Amino acid sequence: MALTLNEEQQLLKDTAREFVQKNAPISHFRELRDANDDKGYSQDLWMKMADLGWAGILIDEEYGGSNFGMVGLGAVLEETGRNLVPSPLISTALLGASLIQLAGDKNQKKELLPKISEGKLTTALALDEGARHNPLNISTFCVKKGGNLVLEGRKTFVIDGQSANLLIVVARNSEPNNKESNGDVSRSMYLVDPKKVGVKITKVSMVDSRSYCEIIFDKVEVNEEDRLGEENVVGIIDDVLERVQIGISAEMLGNALEAFDQTIQYLKDRKQFGKPIGSFQALQHRAAQMFSELELTKSSVQGALNAIEENSNDKSRFASLAKFKAGETLNLVSNEAVQMHGGVGVTDEFDIGFFLKRARVVEQMFGSSDYHLDRYAVLSEY
Amino acid sequence: MTNLENFRQETKDWLNQNCPPEMRKPGDVSWGGRNSRFSHPDQEIWLERMGQKGWTCPTWPKEYGGGGLTKEENKILQEELFEIGARPALASFGIWMLGPALLEFASEEQKLEHIPNIVQGKIWWCQGYSEPGSGSDLASLSTKAVLDGDNYIVNGQKIWTSNANYSDMIFCLVRTGPQEPKHDGISFMLIDMDQPGVEVKPIKLISGKSPFCETFFTDAVAPKSNLIGEENKGWTIAKRLLQHERSMISGMGLSVGGTSKNKISGLAEFAKRYVGIDEKNRLSNPFLRGKVARHDVNSRAFSLTLQRMGEEMKSGGPSATASMGKYYGTEQNKLRYEIMLEAMGFNGLGWEGEPFSPEELAITREWLRSKANSIEGGTSEINLNVISKRVLGLTD
Repeated sequence: MALTLNEEQQLLKDTAREFVQKNAPISHFRELRDANDDKGYSQDLWMKMADLGWAGILIDEEYGGSNFGMVGLGAVLEETGRNLVPSPLISTALLGASLIQLAGDKNQKKELLPKISEGKLTTALALDEGARHNPLNISTFCVKKGGNLVLEGRKTFVIDGQSANLLIVVARNSEPNNKESNGDVSRSMYLVDPKKVGVKITKVSMVDSRSYCEIIFDKVEVNEEDRLGEENVVGIIDDVLERVQIGISAEMLGNALEAFDQTIQYLKDRKQFGKPIGSFQALQHRAAQMFSELELTKSSVQGALNAIEENSNDKSRFASLAKFKAGETLNLVSNEAVQMHGGVGVTDEFDIGFFLKRARVVEQMFGSSDYHLDRYAVLSEY
Repeated sequence: MTNLENFRQETKDWLNQNCPPEMRKPGDVSWGGRNSRFSHPDQEIWLERMGQKGWTCPTWPKEYGGGGLTKEENKILQEELFEIGARPALASFGIWMLGPALLEFASEEQKLEHIPNIVQGKIWWCQGYSEPGSGSDLASLSTKAVLDGDNYIVNGQKIWTSNANYSDMIFCLVRTGPQEPKHDGISFMLIDMDQPGVEVKPIKLISGKSPFCETFFTDAVAPKSNLIGEENKGWTIAKRLLQHERSMISGMGLSVGGTSKNKISGLAEFAKRYVGIDEKNRLSNPFLRGKVARHDVNSRAFSLTLQRMGEEMKSGGPSATASMGKYYGTEQNKLRYEIMLEAMGFNGLGWEGEPFSPEELAITREWLRSKANSIEGGTSEINLNVISKRVLGLTD
């Protein structure tokens, strides 16, 4: 598949760009941050996005989706990433829709997917439990106790967990730290109403002003029907994690491109010693190096989006390639952007600092650059 | 069957009948020329057959001896060549640099005179750009050409002329307008090396080898018909040709010394031979493993980028982004050799003889050679200048 967008995909990207410029400039993100709104995004904006087909962008048409695929979603995420647009695209349109579509049974799909497509249902994936992404290291479990399934554990850094109508919780099928469960790597997912007794959701305030929370499941009773699909869905979780790693990479590419463009503009506008600071070679070469890294990142992200679309047997490595490259490049660009803006770069008044703060959080999300470099090497058998 | 499927079948059949067995193994590639030497008789056969077919320059127009293939057909041809492990029939600056410039800027007579010879490898071309006083500041060059009747008389000196000692002809930048501003007094000229006024001296490099030469012109003669484009308008051609040179060098880190497939995946395997693996099958030196992985990932990202840039190039040939490819590709290639050396330890630092294997000695020399990659054809710094000025619009 080509690494350049086809006409239809380009049209989608152009539409996304226009929409974002008109409806969600960076000032929109700033307003929400200043309002310290728990939801973290505008319902109005999300409904408009749903009207454009973005909520159901990965969902089959029979469930009301627009089915533009990962390449389409990647194009949208790159554009929303440019303006740091707050929305449940990652948590719902990507994670929720993918998990339900790939793991869910017929009834679950029939009930939930159309609601997601319409923008009426939002989801949050409760997976990680520590300060680093580590899908293997999970203590939350769901086992039968006295005839009922009981879910117990604590999840951290759940994106959009506070606003979601439905939580998707990854749990072990046996209690940790007992002999029988040693080496049990099977996992199931449960659909949990956040209002259920025993579910305690606490906002976690992070530097990037996106909406995260911690969720405690204190002996929460669930039914067999609440299990999303089969018992043990490790393979599906891994597949969806690769999707989100690539989706987040597309968003990060958008973050980096916008921070870069703003910085280049600043180099042209800001004058010192009687000329634009962009005329100085000390800055020019660093700008050119960033440009090169951005070009490599674009290709990696596009290659990875294609790999998912084509179900390539190399998609796992592509996911790590994209997340590593996006992480490294965004780290570089966000630091350089602040430095090249000089004093105003560290003021709250200028938007450029937003990109630095967002950068570090998304770098950690679903595996840091180090995590993915190691993973790439392991998958390459060395 | 579609036309392309037909083409694939025809190509398979033709290669099957015409690619000699010896040429389906890795090995050296012929540079052709008037006094061409071949390391194996099959090499000569392969060059002649590919040259006749025009497939040494698959997409060049048929009327000048090229293959006349479309982009899609050429892709199929390259895939089929890769499939049978065929080595290139011909390596030449004529193919990579001069030919594309001639196709764009030369007169019909000039094209008919020179391009078929490039396709068939009959002339070995070298490049006369740099001078002792004009490296990165190329446009300050001072080799002079003065019109005298039907001939130009050329005086001056070129340096870093790759393979000048084997070359038949040189494409040269010369100053024809000494009074003009520096960029506006340069002409693009073809000069035959086989004449008393041209003298070549190889330069010994840190690698112990002499791929570069000094080339001296003392009243050397070039017929007026060897001027490409207009007098004093050579700088445009020169820059265009540099873009071709840069995009050629871009791919080097991926393809030199084997198929691109091996080149990308080979670094970890290579390192394993020297440092071994741990119980989890990982490279046992974690710091080296990190460097290998980083290089691996960047090589992958870079080769995807070359692919994407190829797709984005409509018909206009390489653009200013060729500078990005040249910069990144050569830095990657240098880093690759640094990592190999690090993996080899003292075994990577032998000059000659025992206890080093021939492969180790070759790698050491290649490491030294690689240092010129980011200097020749525009230094990394010059390419960063080009990106910041032409692509990003940051002006002085």
